[in-house]
Amino acid sequence: MPIPTTPTTPTTPPRPKLSAGRRFARGGWKHLAAVAACVFALFPLVYAFSASLSASGSLLGSNQLFSDITGANYANLLSDPQNPYLTWFGNSLFVSVSTAVGTVLMGAAAAYAFSRFRFRSRRGGLLALLVIQMFPQLLAFVAIFLLLFAISEVYPVLGLNSRLGLVAVYLGGALGANTFLMYGFFNTIPRDLDEAAELDGASHAQIYWTMILPLVTPILVVVGMLSFIASFSDFLLAQIVLQDPEKYTLAVGLYQFVSVQFGENWGVFTAGAILAAIPVVVLFLFLQRYIVSGLTGGAVKG
Amino acid sequence: MSTSTTTRDGTAAAGTTGGDTGPGAPRERRHAHSRGFGPGFVVKLVLMALINAIGLFGILAAWAAGSWGILVFLVAALLAADLVYFLPARKLLPAKYLFPGLVFLLVFQVFVLVYTAATAFTNYGDGHNATKDAAITQLTTTYEQRVEGSEAYAVTVLEGPDGLALAAVQDDRVLVGAADRPLAPLEGAAVTDGRVVEAPGYEVLSYGEVVGAQDELGELRVPVSGQAEDGALRTDDGRTAYAYEPTLTYDEAADAMVAADGTVYADNGEGAFAGPDGEALRPGWRVFVGLDNFGAIFDPAVLGGPFVAVTLWTFAFAVLSVALTFFLGLLLAILFNDEKLRFRNVYRAIVFLPYAFPAFLSILIWAGLLNTDFGFVNEVLLGGTGVPWLENPWLAKLSLLLVNLWLGFPYMFLVTTGALQAIPGELYESAEMDGAGPVRQFGSITLPMLMVAVGPLLIASFAMNFNNFNVIYLLTGGGPQDLESTTGVGATDILISFVYKIAFAGGTNDYGLASALSILIFIMVAVVSALTFRRSKALEEIS
Repeated sequence: MPIPTTPTTPTTPPRPKLSAGRRFARGGWKHLAAVAACVFALFPLVYAFSASLSASGSLLGSNQLFSDITGANYANLLSDPQNPYLTWFGNSLFVSVSTAVGTVLMGAAAAYAFSRFRFRSRRGGLLALLVIQMFPQLLAFVAIFLLLFAISEVYPVLGLNSRLGLVAVYLGGALGANTFLMYGFFNTIPRDLDEAAELDGASHAQIYWTMILPLVTPILVVVGMLSFIASFSDFLLAQIVLQDPEKYTLAVGLYQFVSVQFGENWGVFTAGAILAAIPVVVLFLFLQRYIVSGLTGGAVKG
Repeated sequence: MSTSTTTRDGTAAAGTTGGDTGPGAPRERRHAHSRGFGPGFVVKLVLMALINAIGLFGILAAWAAGSWGILVFLVAALLAADLVYFLPARKLLPAKYLFPGLVFLLVFQVFVLVYTAATAFTNYGDGHNATKDAAITQLTTTYEQRVEGSEAYAVTVLEGPDGLALAAVQDDRVLVGAADRPLAPLEGAAVTDGRVVEAPGYEVLSYGEVVGAQDELGELRVPVSGQAEDGALRTDDGRTAYAYEPTLTYDEAADAMVAADGTVYADNGEGAFAGPDGEALRPGWRVFVGLDNFGAIFDPAVLGGPFVAVTLWTFAFAVLSVALTFFLGLLLAILFNDEKLRFRNVYRAIVFLPYAFPAFLSILIWAGLLNTDFGFVNEVLLGGTGVPWLENPWLAKLSLLLVNLWLGFPYMFLVTTGALQAIPGELYESAEMDGAGPVRQFGSITLPMLMVAVGPLLIASFAMNFNNFNVIYLLTGGGPQDLESTTGVGATDILISFVYKIAFAGGTNDYGLASALSILIFIMVAVVSALTFRRSKALEEIS
């Protein structure tokens, strides 16, 4: 849903937002409140990082923060054949990157069509997309399971227990969730550009691939990121589709891992969590500016 | 209309190929055809050949598997794809860009929604998985008894061209048969100690292979002769077989299963054969049950009790999550909005971190932190008090809200920060001149202006939390569980995790009931969305 009214970069000039009295007392309490918020935000993460380095490896033993530092949990994590962590990691990256690329290609193409062409069912199509996106695909997980079960007989590579099948399911939501986000952005690219290119003899495909797509890169990045993160973090659908430990994504694998031996392998789990979070956190920080504008554009997480 | 002057087709399959790089002279513009054989056209040709190959393979496989629905869809989709990408009609231009996304949308979103609705009106689930014919076949093979006075056969398990087969030695003759071939003499087999050790055209399975094929072997019935009353060979250990005959036979004229003792199990109209005492045979088959599943949801004896409680908690959870995250986020946004606050960029980056950390991981970390006996919160922060954070129904709810607050407040912080910048400073200046204090300014300017921008996001956040499966499932698993409930519902289950339990995790898998519940959630989400729909600007943008 595009809500284009919230620019995010702090560009407005300074203004006296708070009264003089407040400003006077600013120094101390504001920093106190800010530090409190930071502690609240940070302590589970610091705790997890400390637990991943702890020598004891159990839940109880992880409570003394940074009392000892060892890489044993990380070594265990990467060497345990029972829990093929690196395979899960690879699966997650494969599923999420495929989903992100597919979502961007399909969403951008659809948004381009809606933004640039005038065809008979255009308005109806946009309206239908708006209505469909209100029904989360997540809720149809029973039917998704049954559908993939049926597909297994025809295309085993796309059916149950298949990573490609999971990607296909995620791609099913590509248009509904993202077309509007992209459509609004495509509309901000002046049509005069298309017309000029066309007078120069460019084909639609040329205009689309070599002119429009580079111009809308920011929104492509946002949609790609959000789609990557959503599929990377999805648990429910992945859990239903993937049944073989070799095929698990990180979300399914790590959950099975802790749900089976909750307390004992805590150190190894937290090591796995820290490593798993790195790609996402790095992406987030690296593309913070884009993502923030995308978020205010309407996507949500928590 | 700016696009009315466009005359040439794009040559590329949308979302897949490179552009048409053929020579583009302006005088060719009237030519509404993908012309030329540039690299773009070649790429398109290769991709379409691939798609056609995959599609044709699927059509054949669907034919072989008898999946008629998939077959029809594949034929239609393949025809449509070829028409869209090869017909030189200008009207098809938008379709070239829409087609790939639409195919996925139709299959994995629209179809599954329709299928959910359809399943909600059936008894699909454990014991009602397949068609009536399949149920009859299974009943006939499941209910059987040893043929009276029949001898034991020393058998060998073989792997034949059509699956598993059994070889037996009788009167110095070697007999071989498979599921659909009665025992028949086989020439040229080698026998040692009264047991077949070699059979031409077959592979003799080793002991290990027999163990590996145990399930398949248990299903194997080899007819002793062409006569049904002679029974069929069945072996449990792969070494000795006995002739069994079905104790239930299907009487086509009466449409009923008849037992050996004469009891008639008639079609009870609810997808099963039931005897005179009303006892239904399992498995049954899928039938249309009308509104029964919806009735069960509201029936106090079946689901009614938990359904009401779960629904109330779902709404409470979603509303409170949005409210708490919004207020904490807004508070911090206002706090950090002060340009003179030192280190505010550092603070911002730190407060942002919970959002960047993948939620499924942080929820599991929180589950460890809140563990009653060993968790950090009890052991370190509370000095070993042993508060049952996740085991007590009310504390579990509180914990969920706390964890969801942690997960969600950075997002609200970000969006409110963005929205605050958009409020023009002159408003505050004039308010100050009119003598309005900070409280008045907040209530009359900040909040109303903020809600215009953030309101739709709050609704989206509500809808998202309404179906926030991850946090519930990973933190409490819906627990603490109500032990008296057959569905395994717990104190913190929200509707979607409840559906999951009914469909996959409870004692029985009831897809019909789960789908009916999904439909109700759809309706609730739709009502909430419709109530807020008019406020959304989205409609206005469709011009």
